[in-house]
Amino acid sequence: MMRRLLTVLHARNLEFLRDRSTLVFTLLLPILLVIGMGFVFGGPERPLFKVGVLAPSIDRAAHPFLRERYVEFVPLPQQEQALQKVRHQQVDLLVDLHAPPRYWVNTDSPKGYIVEKLLLAAEPGAQRQPVTGAALRYVDWLFPGILGMNMMFSCLFGVGYVVLRYRKSGFLKRLYATPLTAFEFLSAQVLSRLGLILFVTAILYTGIGAIIGFHNAGSMLLLLLLAIIGALSMIALGLTIAARFSSEELVGGLLNLLTWPMMLLSGIWFSLEGSPRWVQWVAHVFPLTHVLDAARAVMLDGAGLAQIAPHLLFLGATAFAFLAFGAWSFRWRID
Amino acid sequence: MTQPIVTTPILEVRDLVKVYPATTAVAGISFSVREGICFGLLGPNGAGKTTTVEIMEGILPPTSGEVRYRGDALGVRSRQEAGILFQRTALQDFLTVRQCLSLFRGLYERGLAVDEVLRLCALEKLASRDNRKLSGGQQQRLLLAIALVNDPRVLFLDEPTTGLDPQARRNFWELVQSIKAQRKTIILTTHYMEEAELLCDEIVILDHGRIVAQGPPRRLLHEHFEQVLLELPRQDFPAAARTLPLNILESSDRIEITTDNLEETLRALLAAQVPLTHLRIRPANLEDLFLELTGTELRP
Repeated sequence: MMRRLLTVLHARNLEFLRDRSTLVFTLLLPILLVIGMGFVFGGPERPLFKVGVLAPSIDRAAHPFLRERYVEFVPLPQQEQALQKVRHQQVDLLVDLHAPPRYWVNTDSPKGYIVEKLLLAAEPGAQRQPVTGAALRYVDWLFPGILGMNMMFSCLFGVGYVVLRYRKSGFLKRLYATPLTAFEFLSAQVLSRLGLILFVTAILYTGIGAIIGFHNAGSMLLLLLLAIIGALSMIALGLTIAARFSSEELVGGLLNLLTWPMMLLSGIWFSLEGSPRWVQWVAHVFPLTHVLDAARAVMLDGAGLAQIAPHLLFLGATAFAFLAFGAWSFRWRID
Repeated sequence: MTQPIVTTPILEVRDLVKVYPATTAVAGISFSVREGICFGLLGPNGAGKTTTVEIMEGILPPTSGEVRYRGDALGVRSRQEAGILFQRTALQDFLTVRQCLSLFRGLYERGLAVDEVLRLCALEKLASRDNRKLSGGQQQRLLLAIALVNDPRVLFLDEPTTGLDPQARRNFWELVQSIKAQRKTIILTTHYMEEAELLCDEIVILDHGRIVAQGPPRRLLHEHFEQVLLELPRQDFPAAARTLPLNILESSDRIEITTDNLEETLRALLAAQVPLTHLRIRPANLEDLFLELTGTELRP
């Protein structure tokens, strides 16, 4: 028995070692994960207070208050968006240090009360602008993230593995012998998965929403439009991976390579505000980041079409680009 | 002076070459196929049959050379008018026989009604069955039905009966003969000489990517064999008889004697006291032809 086991083990090792692309990827993924986790969770301890500054960037030399310890200063150039964060208690205070200095504090926020004292010690003449609003529950903030995450997995793995299985079984080759084109085949796969995803997301939205007592602040139709365009973009992204490869290990690995950074950097679990600028830049390459930013804007702040239009445009453009690339690089048969 | 009538062959293969990094699968072959015949591509494993037929189907690109369908390069028309049965094809999971046929019917502009194809391939009683729960013979009948669903002008059958039991194979041959009776052109690759002799009007024998013989099977046999073959069990053939001036070929279990003078050979065997109880006399077949041409047995 041992001899048979070792013989099979040896053959499998040879097969794995000779599949260079899978081998390289298998070694690369853990390294990338470690690096990613290091950037997100590494560094010094988190500060106690979060203060928004009405400015495009933070210049700590500009004012003594900006040199306070245990306070994280976040640049918030748009006043209306910044005020929304004060209302939701996502920042404890918002300051505008240009003359005359003024600040906005949420009178319902205990942390706002304390950080206000710190500001007044450094800038006694600052004008107070009271704001009210209940703290945004983390669960409400997380809700769009959970929906988006489920959508992402279904989009990427659902379509990718199906196409791979069809290719390996020879079913794709049989279809190739018919007048069917790659674009037709891929579009059919995209639409099939899109219908499924919308159905499942609707069930999750209704079910979880009822359990946590969620109230959508924006338009349901706009959310549906966002779900359709967002899902199209992520399904098409999955198809670009499954378009030509025949190795389950490689396709599985590549899909993981996409899903894990999106899990960590798209803002499913926590906001990326305050993380390094380049991390935020990388995050905005992922379709899921745009889906979540737009979904939160609609669901939590009641944003309209004009406000989320840049996200919709990005998702629409990437959907088209991924599908075109998928059709161009598509392989019907195993070479 | 009257001009001879020239009809364009339905398929023309010209100087076809297919080179893979490690091997040359097809080494420059040319032939043409007349409409309405069953054309056989014969050869052992690795001879280049499947590569040739897949290039003819438009599935594989050739390294050089070309295939013309009804005078034109392969394209939309050949895809619409060809029916294909590959050596191995899996269908989508969970689909019934009828659903599989409907799927493929939906991919063509014209074709037969699904019920008609079910009837043609004797699949009516299996129409509601999951395609994964069919026997080998039933599965091949379904794949043939899929190949017929667009009412093709040319039907490619790549080793359609490999792995089937004798009964299922005979049933399949009857089906192919009924399709042939409709004057459809059939391109058949096979290991089975009985199949080729029964179904094919013309054959090409391939070996190492080259054509070693081409023509109607009977004409080829007539050209290469004027003799008959005598077969005897090896244990019935005494050592003394091996010195007889006969064309003797020995295999592990039998002795094969090729002769063009049967009476004289029989007299010589009787004189050498060879027992003739288990003697079998038969005409040469395609397998003998292949052996004669290549020195290799035509086996999968």
